Amino acid sequence: MERGVHDRGGLPTEERIDRREHALEDWEVLTDALAGALARRGLVNVDELRRGIESIPPVEYERASYYERWLLSIESILSEKGVLAAGELDRRAAG
Amino acid sequence: MSYRVGEPVTIADRAHRGHHRTPAYLKGKPGRVERVHAAFRNPETRAYGDDGLPRMPLYLVSFARSDLWPGARASGDHRVYVDVFEHWLEEGK
Amino acid sequence: MSEHAHDHDHAPITDAQGPAAARRARALEQLLVEKGVLRAEEIRAGIDWLVSRTPADGARLVARAWVDPEFKQRLLADARSAALELGLDPGPSPVVVALENTEAVHHMVVCTLCSCYPRALLGPPPAWYKSLPYRSRAVSDPRGVLAEFGLEIHDDVQLRVFDSTADIRYLVIPRRPPGTDELSEEQLAALVTRDSMIGVAQPAAPALA
Repeated sequence: MERGVHDRGGLPTEERIDRREHALEDWEVLTDALAGALARRGLVNVDELRRGIESIPPVEYERASYYERWLLSIESILSEKGVLAAGELDRRAAG
Repeated sequence: MSYRVGEPVTIADRAHRGHHRTPAYLKGKPGRVERVHAAFRNPETRAYGDDGLPRMPLYLVSFARSDLWPGARASGDHRVYVDVFEHWLEEGK
Repeated sequence: MSEHAHDHDHAPITDAQGPAAARRARALEQLLVEKGVLRAEEIRAGIDWLVSRTPADGARLVARAWVDPEFKQRLLADARSAALELGLDPGPSPVVVALENTEAVHHMVVCTLCSCYPRALLGPPPAWYKSLPYRSRAVSDPRGVLAEFGLEIHDDVQLRVFDSTADIRYLVIPRRPPGTDELSEEQLAALVTRDSMIGVAQPAAPALA
Protein backbone atom coordinates (compact mmCIF):
# COMPACT_ATOMS: atom_id res chain seq x y z
CA MET A 1 0.00 0.00 0.00
CA GLU A 2 1.54 3.26 -1.16
CA ARG A 3 1.67 6.04 1.35
CA GLY A 4 2.38 9.75 1.23
CA VAL A 5 5.74 10.97 2.56
CA HIS A 6 3.91 12.56 5.50
CA ASP A 7 2.26 9.28 6.55
CA ARG A 8 4.82 8.10 9.09
CA GLY A 9 3.00 5.79 11.48
CA GLY A 10 4.79 2.49 11.96
CA LEU A 11 7.62 3.19 9.52
CA PRO A 12 10.78 1.37 10.58
CA THR A 13 13.43 3.88 11.57
CA GLU A 14 16.84 3.85 13.18
CA GLU A 15 16.69 7.58 13.87
CA ARG A 16 16.65 8.33 17.57
CA ILE A 17 14.23 10.91 18.95
CA ASP A 18 16.09 14.15 19.64
CA ARG A 19 14.53 15.34 22.89
CA ARG A 20 16.31 18.69 23.10
CA GLU A 21 14.11 21.72 23.56
CA HIS A 22 14.09 24.28 20.77
CA ALA A 23 12.47 27.64 21.35
CA LEU A 24 10.65 28.79 18.25
CA GLU A 25 12.51 31.35 16.16
CA ASP A 26 10.71 34.62 15.41
CA TRP A 27 10.26 33.62 11.76
CA GLU A 28 8.63 30.35 12.85
CA VAL A 29 6.13 32.15 15.07
CA LEU A 30 5.51 34.55 12.17
CA THR A 31 4.89 31.65 9.77
CA ASP A 32 2.44 30.08 12.19
CA ALA A 33 0.64 33.40 12.62
CA LEU A 34 0.48 33.94 8.85
CA ALA A 35 -1.07 30.50 8.42
CA GLY A 36 -3.60 31.22 11.16
CA ALA A 37 -4.56 34.58 9.67
CA LEU A 38 -4.90 33.06 6.19
CA ALA A 39 -7.11 30.31 7.65
CA ARG A 40 -9.34 32.79 9.47
CA ARG A 41 -9.78 34.69 6.22
CA GLY A 42 -10.69 31.49 4.40
CA LEU A 43 -7.71 31.81 2.08
CA VAL A 44 -5.77 28.71 3.13
CA ASN A 45 -7.73 26.37 5.38
CA VAL A 46 -5.93 23.84 7.56
CA ASP A 47 -6.71 20.97 5.20
CA GLU A 48 -5.27 22.92 2.26
CA LEU A 49 -2.18 23.69 4.33
CA ARG A 50 -1.76 19.99 5.08
CA ARG A 51 -2.39 19.01 1.48
CA GLY A 52 0.26 21.49 0.39
CA ILE A 53 2.73 20.02 2.87
CA GLU A 54 1.96 16.48 1.70
CA SER A 55 2.61 17.49 -1.90
CA ILE A 56 6.17 18.54 -1.19
CA PRO A 57 8.48 16.16 -3.09
CA PRO A 58 9.61 13.46 -0.62
CA VAL A 59 13.31 14.34 -0.60
CA GLU A 60 12.50 17.98 0.05
CA TYR A 61 9.87 17.08 2.68
CA GLU A 62 12.40 15.10 4.69
CA ARG A 63 15.09 17.78 4.34
CA ALA A 64 12.88 20.74 5.20
CA SER A 65 12.35 21.89 8.76
CA TYR A 66 8.82 21.87 10.15
CA TYR A 67 7.98 25.51 9.47
CA GLU A 68 9.83 25.47 6.17
CA ARG A 69 7.23 22.93 5.09
CA TRP A 70 4.50 25.35 6.13
CA LEU A 71 6.09 28.13 4.06
CA LEU A 72 6.39 25.86 1.02
CA SER A 73 2.77 24.85 1.38
CA ILE A 74 1.44 28.37 1.88
CA GLU A 75 3.35 29.58 -1.16
CA SER A 76 2.06 26.69 -3.24
CA ILE A 77 -1.60 27.13 -2.23
CA LEU A 78 -1.51 30.91 -2.67
CA SER A 79 0.11 30.50 -6.09
CA GLU A 80 -2.58 28.01 -7.03
CA LYS A 81 -5.17 30.62 -6.09
CA GLY A 82 -3.42 33.41 -7.96
CA VAL A 83 -2.68 35.40 -4.80
CA LEU A 84 1.05 35.05 -5.42
CA ALA A 85 2.58 35.11 -8.87
CA ALA A 86 5.07 32.42 -9.89
CA GLY A 87 8.50 33.23 -8.46
CA GLU A 88 7.20 36.35 -6.68
CA LEU A 89 8.17 35.12 -3.23
CA ASP A 90 11.61 34.00 -4.46
CA ARG A 91 12.27 37.45 -5.89
CA ARG A 92 11.13 39.26 -2.77
CA ALA A 93 13.12 36.94 -0.50
CA ALA A 94 16.26 37.46 -2.58
CA GLY A 95 15.86 41.24 -2.93
CA MET B 1 -23.94 2.46 7.31
CA SER B 2 -23.41 3.64 10.86
CA TYR B 3 -21.61 1.88 13.69
CA ARG B 4 -22.06 1.50 17.43
CA VAL B 5 -19.66 1.50 20.34
CA GLY B 6 -18.13 -1.93 20.77
CA GLU B 7 -18.74 -3.00 17.19
CA PRO B 8 -15.91 -4.64 15.24
CA VAL B 9 -14.96 -2.79 12.05
CA THR B 10 -12.33 -3.08 9.35
CA ILE B 11 -10.59 -0.08 7.81
CA ALA B 12 -11.04 0.02 4.04
CA ASP B 13 -7.97 -1.07 2.15
CA ARG B 14 -8.26 1.66 -0.45
CA ALA B 15 -5.58 3.54 -2.28
CA HIS B 16 -6.54 7.22 -2.10
CA ARG B 17 -4.52 9.54 -4.18
CA GLY B 18 -5.38 12.84 -2.62
CA HIS B 19 -5.38 14.29 0.85
CA HIS B 20 -6.96 11.98 3.38
CA ARG B 21 -6.55 11.42 7.09
CA THR B 22 -6.65 7.62 7.32
CA PRO B 23 -3.09 6.50 8.04
CA ALA B 24 -1.59 3.74 5.86
CA TYR B 25 -0.79 1.57 8.86
CA LEU B 26 -4.55 1.14 9.51
CA LYS B 27 -5.72 0.25 6.02
CA GLY B 28 -7.23 -3.21 5.82
CA LYS B 29 -6.87 -3.71 9.58
CA PRO B 30 -9.52 -4.82 12.09
CA GLY B 31 -10.53 -2.52 14.92
CA ARG B 32 -13.28 -1.82 17.44
CA VAL B 33 -15.47 1.27 17.75
CA GLU B 34 -14.74 3.05 21.03
CA ARG B 35 -16.64 6.31 20.60
CA VAL B 36 -19.08 7.84 18.17
CA HIS B 37 -17.99 11.45 17.67
CA ALA B 38 -20.03 14.19 16.02
CA ALA B 39 -19.91 14.66 12.26
CA PHE B 40 -17.26 16.92 10.75
CA ARG B 41 -16.57 18.59 7.42
CA ASN B 42 -14.72 16.26 5.07
CA PRO B 43 -11.00 17.12 4.98
CA GLU B 44 -10.63 15.19 1.70
CA THR B 45 -12.63 17.82 -0.15
CA ARG B 46 -11.79 20.80 2.05
CA ALA B 47 -8.17 20.28 1.11
CA TYR B 48 -9.06 21.33 -2.44
CA GLY B 49 -11.02 24.43 -1.53
CA ASP B 50 -14.43 22.80 -1.18
CA ASP B 51 -16.60 23.61 1.85
CA GLY B 52 -16.33 19.99 3.00
CA LEU B 53 -20.09 19.52 3.31
CA PRO B 54 -21.97 17.39 4.03
CA ARG B 55 -20.40 16.64 7.39
CA MET B 56 -19.22 13.04 7.74
CA PRO B 57 -19.58 10.96 10.90
CA LEU B 58 -16.32 10.39 12.77
CA TYR B 59 -15.50 7.47 15.06
CA LEU B 60 -12.78 6.71 17.57
CA VAL B 61 -11.59 3.20 16.62
CA SER B 62 -9.07 1.12 18.57
CA PHE B 63 -6.65 -1.44 17.21
CA ALA B 64 -4.52 -4.15 18.81
CA ARG B 65 -0.78 -3.86 18.22
CA SER B 66 -0.74 -7.51 17.21
CA ASP B 67 -3.25 -6.81 14.41
CA LEU B 68 -1.36 -3.76 13.14
CA TRP B 69 2.14 -5.26 13.21
CA PRO B 70 1.62 -9.01 13.46
CA GLY B 71 5.20 -10.11 13.05
CA ALA B 72 6.77 -7.46 15.23
CA ARG B 73 8.87 -8.30 18.24
CA ALA B 74 6.71 -7.29 21.16
CA SER B 75 8.01 -5.22 24.03
CA GLY B 76 4.71 -5.43 25.86
CA ASP B 77 1.25 -4.84 24.51
CA HIS B 78 -0.64 -1.67 23.54
CA ARG B 79 -3.69 -0.50 21.62
CA VAL B 80 -3.77 2.32 19.13
CA TYR B 81 -6.76 4.69 19.10
CA VAL B 82 -7.48 6.69 15.95
CA ASP B 83 -10.28 8.99 14.73
CA VAL B 84 -11.56 7.55 11.45
CA PHE B 85 -14.34 8.81 9.18
CA GLU B 86 -17.33 6.56 8.55
CA HIS B 87 -16.65 6.24 4.85
CA TRP B 88 -13.39 4.48 5.69
CA LEU B 89 -15.10 1.85 7.85
CA GLU B 90 -16.46 -1.51 6.77
CA GLU B 91 -18.20 -4.12 8.85
CA GLY B 92 -15.76 -6.18 10.86
CA LYS B 93 -15.74 -9.91 11.38
CA MET C 1 13.62 26.87 -2.91
CA SER C 2 15.98 29.43 -4.48
CA GLU C 3 19.66 28.70 -5.01
CA HIS C 4 22.15 30.89 -3.18
CA ALA C 5 25.71 31.91 -4.04
CA HIS C 6 28.61 30.54 -2.00
CA ASP C 7 30.22 33.86 -1.19
CA HIS C 8 29.03 34.10 2.41
CA ASP C 9 29.39 32.05 5.57
CA HIS C 10 26.95 29.22 6.08
CA ALA C 11 25.20 28.88 9.38
CA PRO C 12 25.89 25.56 11.16
CA ILE C 13 24.38 22.64 9.27
CA THR C 14 21.47 22.24 11.65
CA ASP C 15 20.54 25.88 11.11
CA ALA C 16 21.38 25.91 7.40
CA GLN C 17 17.76 26.48 6.53
CA GLY C 18 17.26 29.12 9.20
CA PRO C 19 18.41 32.37 7.58
CA ALA C 20 16.89 31.58 4.16
CA ALA C 21 13.62 30.48 5.70
CA ALA C 22 13.50 33.60 7.88
CA ARG C 23 13.89 35.76 4.77
CA ARG C 24 11.11 33.86 3.02
CA ALA C 25 8.76 34.20 5.98
CA ARG C 26 9.34 37.95 6.19
CA ALA C 27 9.04 38.29 2.42
CA LEU C 28 5.75 36.43 2.53
CA GLU C 29 4.49 38.71 5.29
CA GLN C 30 5.49 41.82 3.33
CA LEU C 31 3.84 40.64 0.14
CA LEU C 32 0.60 39.66 1.86
CA VAL C 33 0.33 42.99 3.69
CA GLU C 34 1.26 44.99 0.58
CA LYS C 35 -1.35 43.17 -1.46
CA GLY C 36 -3.98 43.87 1.18
CA VAL C 37 -4.48 40.15 1.75
CA LEU C 38 -3.69 40.44 5.46
CA ARG C 39 -3.38 43.37 7.84
CA ALA C 40 -0.31 43.86 10.01
CA GLU C 41 -2.57 44.03 13.09
CA GLU C 42 -4.07 40.60 12.59
CA ILE C 43 -0.64 39.05 12.08
CA ARG C 44 0.51 40.77 15.28
CA ALA C 45 -2.56 39.47 17.12
CA GLY C 46 -1.81 35.95 15.90
CA ILE C 47 1.78 36.18 17.11
CA ASP C 48 0.63 37.53 20.47
CA TRP C 49 -1.81 34.65 20.89
CA LEU C 50 0.79 32.03 20.03
CA VAL C 51 3.40 33.37 22.43
CA SER C 52 0.80 33.56 25.20
CA ARG C 53 0.11 29.80 25.04
CA THR C 54 1.79 27.75 27.78
CA PRO C 55 1.28 24.38 29.49
CA ALA C 56 0.19 26.24 32.63
CA ASP C 57 -3.36 26.31 31.25
CA GLY C 58 -3.50 22.55 30.81
CA ALA C 59 -1.91 22.14 34.23
CA ARG C 60 -4.76 24.12 35.80
CA LEU C 61 -7.29 21.72 34.28
CA VAL C 62 -5.41 18.75 35.67
CA ALA C 63 -4.94 20.22 39.14
CA ARG C 64 -8.62 21.11 39.39
CA ALA C 65 -9.54 17.59 38.29
CA TRP C 66 -7.29 16.16 41.00
CA VAL C 67 -8.95 18.13 43.81
CA ASP C 68 -12.54 18.23 42.54
CA PRO C 69 -14.06 14.88 41.47
CA GLU C 70 -17.18 16.51 40.01
CA PHE C 71 -15.05 18.83 37.89
CA LYS C 72 -13.08 15.81 36.77
CA GLN C 73 -16.27 14.18 35.49
CA ARG C 74 -17.15 17.33 33.59
CA LEU C 75 -13.61 17.45 32.19
CA LEU C 76 -13.86 13.85 31.01
CA ALA C 77 -17.26 14.49 29.44
CA ASP C 78 -16.26 17.68 27.61
CA ALA C 79 -12.81 19.13 28.12
CA ARG C 80 -13.54 22.12 25.95
CA SER C 81 -16.39 23.26 28.19
CA ALA C 82 -14.39 22.47 31.32
CA ALA C 83 -11.59 24.73 30.08
CA LEU C 84 -14.06 27.54 29.44
CA GLU C 85 -15.42 27.02 32.95
CA LEU C 86 -11.97 27.88 34.34
CA GLY C 87 -11.68 30.91 32.06
CA LEU C 88 -9.18 29.18 29.80
CA ASP C 89 -9.03 29.37 26.02
CA PRO C 90 -9.51 25.83 24.66
CA GLY C 91 -8.49 26.93 21.17
CA PRO C 92 -10.16 26.64 17.77
CA SER C 93 -10.63 22.88 17.86
CA PRO C 94 -14.35 22.06 18.19
CA VAL C 95 -13.72 19.08 20.46
CA VAL C 96 -11.08 18.55 23.16
CA VAL C 97 -11.00 15.18 24.94
CA ALA C 98 -9.23 14.58 28.24
CA LEU C 99 -7.83 11.07 28.73
CA GLU C 100 -7.48 9.97 32.34
CA ASN C 101 -4.50 7.88 33.38
CA THR C 102 -5.32 5.39 36.12
CA GLU C 103 -3.65 2.51 37.92
CA ALA C 104 -4.81 0.32 35.02
CA VAL C 105 -4.46 2.58 31.96
CA HIS C 106 -1.75 4.90 30.61
CA HIS C 107 -2.36 7.19 27.63
CA MET C 108 0.10 8.68 25.13
CA VAL C 109 -0.66 11.08 22.25
CA VAL C 110 0.90 11.50 18.80
CA CYS C 111 -0.05 12.85 15.38
CA THR C 112 1.57 10.49 12.88
CA LEU C 113 0.36 12.49 9.86
CA CYS C 114 1.53 15.95 10.92
CA SER C 115 1.61 17.58 14.38
CA CYS C 116 -1.93 18.01 15.71
CA TYR C 117 -1.63 19.04 19.34
CA PRO C 118 -3.79 20.93 21.90
CA ARG C 119 -1.73 24.11 21.51
CA ALA C 120 -4.14 26.47 23.14
CA LEU C 121 -3.83 24.54 26.42
CA LEU C 122 -0.24 23.29 26.20
CA GLY C 123 1.59 25.89 24.10
CA PRO C 124 3.49 24.91 20.96
CA PRO C 125 4.43 21.24 20.67
CA PRO C 126 8.02 20.28 21.42
CA ALA C 127 10.24 19.62 18.41
CA TRP C 128 10.39 15.91 19.20
CA TYR C 129 6.60 15.59 19.02
CA LYS C 130 6.73 16.86 15.43
CA SER C 131 9.75 14.75 14.53
CA LEU C 132 9.66 11.90 12.04
CA PRO C 133 10.94 9.22 14.44
CA TYR C 134 8.37 10.06 17.14
CA ARG C 135 5.60 10.03 14.57
CA SER C 136 6.78 6.65 13.29
CA ARG C 137 7.50 4.87 16.56
CA ALA C 138 4.85 6.20 18.95
CA VAL C 139 2.23 3.91 17.40
CA SER C 140 4.39 0.85 16.71
CA ASP C 141 6.84 0.92 19.65
CA PRO C 142 5.39 3.17 22.37
CA ARG C 143 7.09 1.32 25.20
CA GLY C 144 10.42 1.76 23.45
CA VAL C 145 9.70 5.47 23.03
CA LEU C 146 8.67 5.80 26.68
CA ALA C 147 11.85 4.02 27.75
CA GLU C 148 13.84 6.69 25.86
CA PHE C 149 11.92 9.27 27.84
CA GLY C 150 12.82 7.43 31.04
CA LEU C 151 9.29 6.17 31.68
CA GLU C 152 8.57 2.51 32.20
CA ILE C 153 5.01 1.27 32.08
CA HIS C 154 4.41 -2.12 33.70
CA ASP C 155 3.16 -4.90 31.49
CA ASP C 156 -0.10 -5.12 33.41
CA VAL C 157 -0.95 -1.45 32.67
CA GLN C 158 -2.92 -1.01 29.44
CA LEU C 159 -1.06 1.38 27.16
CA ARG C 160 -3.33 3.38 24.83
CA VAL C 161 -1.70 5.41 22.08
CA PHE C 162 -3.94 8.08 20.54
CA ASP C 163 -3.11 9.14 16.99
CA SER C 164 -4.78 12.53 16.40
CA THR C 165 -5.96 12.37 12.81
CA ALA C 166 -9.01 14.63 12.85
CA ASP C 167 -10.38 17.76 14.55
CA ILE C 168 -10.41 16.29 18.05
CA ARG C 169 -7.52 17.27 20.30
CA TYR C 170 -6.39 14.96 23.08
CA LEU C 171 -4.94 15.91 26.46
CA VAL C 172 -3.72 13.41 29.04
CA ILE C 173 -4.71 13.78 32.70
CA PRO C 174 -1.72 12.24 34.44
CA ARG C 175 -2.07 10.51 37.80
CA ARG C 176 -1.75 12.63 40.91
CA PRO C 177 1.65 11.89 42.50
CA PRO C 178 1.66 10.25 45.94
CA GLY C 179 2.48 12.43 48.96
CA THR C 180 0.59 15.46 47.64
CA ASP C 181 -2.42 15.48 49.96
CA GLU C 182 -1.31 18.66 51.71
CA LEU C 183 -0.65 20.66 48.57
CA SER C 184 -2.86 23.49 47.36
CA GLU C 185 -4.38 23.41 43.90
CA GLU C 186 -1.79 25.94 42.75
CA GLN C 187 1.05 23.83 44.13
CA LEU C 188 -0.41 20.78 42.40
CA ALA C 189 -0.60 22.62 39.07
CA ALA C 190 3.12 23.39 39.36
CA LEU C 191 3.83 19.64 39.31
CA VAL C 192 1.97 19.03 36.05
CA THR C 193 4.46 19.12 33.20
CA ARG C 194 3.80 19.47 29.49
CA ASP C 195 5.25 16.02 28.88
CA SER C 196 2.93 14.44 31.45
CA MET C 197 -0.04 15.86 29.52
CA ILE C 198 1.29 14.29 26.31
CA GLY C 199 1.81 11.01 28.13
CA VAL C 200 5.58 10.54 27.84
CA ALA C 201 6.30 11.43 31.47
CA GLN C 202 4.75 11.45 34.90
CA PRO C 203 4.19 14.70 36.77
CA ALA C 204 7.01 16.02 38.94
CA ALA C 205 7.30 14.67 42.47
CA PRO C 206 6.38 17.12 45.24
CA ALA C 207 9.91 17.26 46.70
CA LEU C 208 11.14 18.90 43.48
CA ALA C 209 8.41 21.54 43.28
